[in-house]
Amino acid sequence: MRLERRAHRPLFLVLVSPLIAVAAALAIAGILIAMAGAPVLEAYWRIVTGAFGTRLAATETFTRATPLILTGLAAAVAFRARVWNIGAEGQFYVGAITVAALGSSTLAALPGPLLIPTLFAAGALAGMLLMLLPLWLRLRFSVDEVVTSLLLNFVAVLFVSLLVEGVLKDPLAFGWPQSLPVSERALLPKLIMRSRLHIGLAVAVAAAIIVHLLQSRTVFGLRTRAAGLSPAGAAFAGVPLGLTLVKVACLSGGLAGLAGAIEVMGVKGYVTTDLSPGYGYSGIIVAMLANLHPVGVIAAAVFTAAMFVGADGMSRALGIPTYIADVIVSLSLLTMLVALFFTQYRIRR
Amino acid sequence: MMALFDILASAGLWAAVLRIATPLIFGTLGAVLCERSGVLNLGIEGIMTFGAMVGWLTVYNGADLWTGMLVAALAGAVFGLMHALLSVTLGLSQHVTGLGITLFASSLSYFLFRLNVPLASTPPTIVPFKPVSIPGLSDLPFFGQAIFTQTMPTYLAILTAIVMSYVIFRMPLGLAIRMTGENPHAAEAQGINPVRIRYSAIMAGSALMGMGGAFLTLSAFNSFFPTMVQGRGWICIALVVFASWRPGRALLGALLFAFFDAFQLRLQPVLGDRVPYQIFLMIPYILSIAALALVARRAKVPQALMQAYRRGER
Repeated sequence: MRLERRAHRPLFLVLVSPLIAVAAALAIAGILIAMAGAPVLEAYWRIVTGAFGTRLAATETFTRATPLILTGLAAAVAFRARVWNIGAEGQFYVGAITVAALGSSTLAALPGPLLIPTLFAAGALAGMLLMLLPLWLRLRFSVDEVVTSLLLNFVAVLFVSLLVEGVLKDPLAFGWPQSLPVSERALLPKLIMRSRLHIGLAVAVAAAIIVHLLQSRTVFGLRTRAAGLSPAGAAFAGVPLGLTLVKVACLSGGLAGLAGAIEVMGVKGYVTTDLSPGYGYSGIIVAMLANLHPVGVIAAAVFTAAMFVGADGMSRALGIPTYIADVIVSLSLLTMLVALFFTQYRIRR
Repeated sequence: MMALFDILASAGLWAAVLRIATPLIFGTLGAVLCERSGVLNLGIEGIMTFGAMVGWLTVYNGADLWTGMLVAALAGAVFGLMHALLSVTLGLSQHVTGLGITLFASSLSYFLFRLNVPLASTPPTIVPFKPVSIPGLSDLPFFGQAIFTQTMPTYLAILTAIVMSYVIFRMPLGLAIRMTGENPHAAEAQGINPVRIRYSAIMAGSALMGMGGAFLTLSAFNSFFPTMVQGRGWICIALVVFASWRPGRALLGALLFAFFDAFQLRLQPVLGDRVPYQIFLMIPYILSIAALALVARRAKVPQALMQAYRRGER
């Protein structure tokens, strides 16, 4: 038995591979649920109804999907150029804390239509700057950015902790370490009344479409792909490699920073050190499930969010730890890798 | 100034250095073994988390401490097998598979832990390894007490570094591992099976990572809680580069790193009123990044690191 490269990559297989991957992940996680002594099908049905069954559940799922779309895009644009930005979690936090700092300051006196875009830009800029450090270390000292961007996540969260227990601490929060709230005028309008769903979702979807157009229609997109597929070939073809990677890093870090900004302005209004339940790390899974396609990221983010939201209710009803959602999505990442492999290879005797 | 001297002169500091270094020694040695064969194992963070969980759970359920260590090592090897299947047999991106293993192994640890130990205000504890004095050596003045009164796994970690150094540089097996990491095609021409070497190296390396994790719950602390590994795995990956892929230097690197960590812990109460504690907590991560920048240019990276090997395919 051996593996043989396919001459063509069948489009059909590429399109169904995420479905096969998710099905396989659910089957494997089903074994764990059965081991825990709960009915597997009922558990999955409860996840589905918990995520989409009611109006509240569905809006909650889409609220949760909003930051995941952005962190998923952050990973997708970076990975396509083989820039391994694993630091979306940290970039999310610096974006969030920047918005909290500016949105609670005198800057909040800006007129409304100016204030919100300014804060978006500030959050994105903070994320960008945090990603530029690992990229600079890669270009200057050839340090693998995986490890540096990962380590910076811990630094960023500690930095946020320092601020929310120090200069940005809310004196009215009964001693809890949380930041000053942003001005009410900086809060995002709701997309659907009487829910937590805010216009951040529209911004995230727009970002996905813009990234898609950038990647498919512009020189920058072409250069990104070239840099990812073969750096040496790209350089030979006259692609300014360093500059392209800097742009990719800015885009990736900026999207993750924007995710943090939107989460503060759309949902919480202030920053704590548990603002993100791992949105940065889940973004990697979202990007891989989408096969790095920006529009696919939207679907993958909704799936991931649905698992997390749905697992909450299921967990309460059946006594299965909520961590089952993390298990399912991380398993989907692994099964997706295998599924994608078999779109390129087949088994021959 | 006197305060600094007091810290350096306290036996507690030097005992802590070895204690803090132990999981890093295991983890870094495991990563060195994987990377020497040409495979980056970013599963380390998750494998350490799983080792910490499963080792603790085994002991909590009545087994003895060494059985806990063994189970952690076996679990690590199983995750290593998974990583090898994906990165060696299928030749997938080692970055992505490693991260996938980390995410999967950590969420599975949290799931299994919560399933077996319901949420409680005080987490249940076990009786951890006790320090063992080495007769004779521990009677030496000052350092004797500090260095030769550790728990058994710490001695085991140091022994592993020495053994691995010998195996990698003095034995045919080590030569085969190094060749596979430098040029698997040339290795195969010499009659070495690169696939088998990589599988064994990844599984053995991952077993060491699992033991490093288990040290946290079976010796350094006595209970398990989510996120307790705290990026130690990533620090190990940085230490591998710092150690230039040499087990001996990995030992020294881990000790040096642990020294800074132990030192900052003792500096905190001294400077605590002027400097926020978060600054101290940042130091290990910033130090790792700085160390990488310092040595990365001169690093002797195994030439086939992160390159998939497929027979007859270049």
